[in-house]
Amino acid sequence: MFINIIKTLKNNKGEILELWMKNQLADSVLTEELISHQELRKQSEELVNALVNNLNENNINDSQSPDFDQVTELLGGISISRARLGFSPRETGSFILSLKEALLEILKQESSNVKELFEETLKLSRLLDNFTILTFETFIKGREELIMRQTDEITDISTPVIKVWDGILALPIIGTLDSARTQVVMENLLQEIVKTGSGIAILDISGVPTVDSLVAQNLLKAVSATRLMGADCIISGIRPEIAQTIVHLGIDLSQVITKATLASALQYAFKSLRLEVRKTASEPTGINK
Amino acid sequence: MTRDTIMVLKEQDVVPFRNRVKEYAVKIKMGLVNQTKLITAASELVRNMLRYGNGGEAIIEVISKGPYTGIRLTFKDEGPGIADIPKAMQDGFSTGKSLGLGLPGTNRLVNEFDIKSELGIGTTVTIIKWANG
Amino acid sequence: MERIPILKMGAFLLVTIQIDLYDRLALDLEEDLVKMVEQTSVKGVLIDISAVSIVDSFMGRILGNIASMSKLLDAQTVVVGMQPAVAITLVELGLPLNGVSTALNVEKGMHLLRSMMDFNGTDQEDGYSSYD
Repeated sequence: MFINIIKTLKNNKGEILELWMKNQLADSVLTEELISHQELRKQSEELVNALVNNLNENNINDSQSPDFDQVTELLGGISISRARLGFSPRETGSFILSLKEALLEILKQESSNVKELFEETLKLSRLLDNFTILTFETFIKGREELIMRQTDEITDISTPVIKVWDGILALPIIGTLDSARTQVVMENLLQEIVKTGSGIAILDISGVPTVDSLVAQNLLKAVSATRLMGADCIISGIRPEIAQTIVHLGIDLSQVITKATLASALQYAFKSLRLEVRKTASEPTGINK
Repeated sequence: MTRDTIMVLKEQDVVPFRNRVKEYAVKIKMGLVNQTKLITAASELVRNMLRYGNGGEAIIEVISKGPYTGIRLTFKDEGPGIADIPKAMQDGFSTGKSLGLGLPGTNRLVNEFDIKSELGIGTTVTIIKWANG
Repeated sequence: MERIPILKMGAFLLVTIQIDLYDRLALDLEEDLVKMVEQTSVKGVLIDISAVSIVDSFMGRILGNIASMSKLLDAQTVVVGMQPAVAITLVELGLPLNGVSTALNVEKGMHLLRSMMDFNGTDQEDGYSSYD
């Protein structure tokens, strides 16, 4: 009796596609900004063909069957690309869900036996539901990859190491200093120390919203690692409320050179390099030339 | 090359073992800092195995979980075993004449750390370091 | 038997570690170096570890020992050229080598040793001219 449903679907491929397209387009949330109707039709046609051509009485109960490799591959590709293009989960999910509707519609037209219709519907539903789950899994995976890539980018962007003077590096830290960030900060800083042969590094934490014991611990790690390389590390940009928190939490930063502002840290650095910034007696001639 | 078992019975086996771990780490494109952390952790554990367990076997494996690839190292000895594991995992504890930061320090260098020990039978330590962790 | 060479350069001893040390080799180095400090009565020891890719707690302890022992013999120790990855790992391991002085490279290390001696002042006077 399964031959029946499969034959029916195979004979009505064209109609399934038309119905499905109608369903998809009726869904008002699907905007043409994200995908052209032409493109959508191409995707849909490919999927209908892959599904109906590979369907037989044995695999209808088994969505894991290797016969469906083409279907899962197509679905995976579509979900991933939709995740990247910024489709909503609803838009992605309704793609496959509206196919189910189209398939069931065809079944309804072909069979009048209620019991038979119910059983066939159940089978087809199960199969399509499994594909829907797969679609969501892939969609979420696509989003997660996107988030991971963005996280990496943010960490990279937000830790520039600036050479402020010969032998002096500055590293403004912006945002929370968690363990992963600390690792990136340390790596960038130490590599730059080696590259430039700088003896002094200034970690400026003006852009760090709060300092708790974990952040303080991470700062101390960066200071220790810098020292192991043979360079000195100054922490600057300590705001009054941060100084209060540090003391209230009982964090010991007494072994670290700390300054209120980047300017005073720089002044300290100049002093220890025996450099001096002075006003010249005459008007500068170089600047206006 | 996804699995290797190396016998570590004397001090001179340590450096070749470390080099083998490095080969694996390079193969799965682990960053230099993570490589260094992994090899240092391996060095600590292999030393413990030599000192307290009279040597044993070390297994190097490439593993993957979801999008992550990593290396799992297993150290098995048939030494006297550790009586109080929670205590051994505290900073500053050691029965030998090392610095006493072997186990907790090693724990901080890797992503996953597992230790099983039975008195008179031996100790097995397993660590995992992900390539991008 | 394998040994790490120790060079005498003016008022300093220079050790360049080119290979990953196993324990025996490191212990031998500690012994040789301390003997040499005593024999040559130098005032400074430079240990270049720029080619060392792994410093574990044992190796860290050896470096600390060398520094403390030399100090007892009135010599300063400076460890130079530590790799960034090694520094990060040591910190994470909980081993910041607090008793050991460090410098970016051999040249800066020598400079640091000289300034330490200047700071120590009078007891260095006899050999002072040879440092420059």
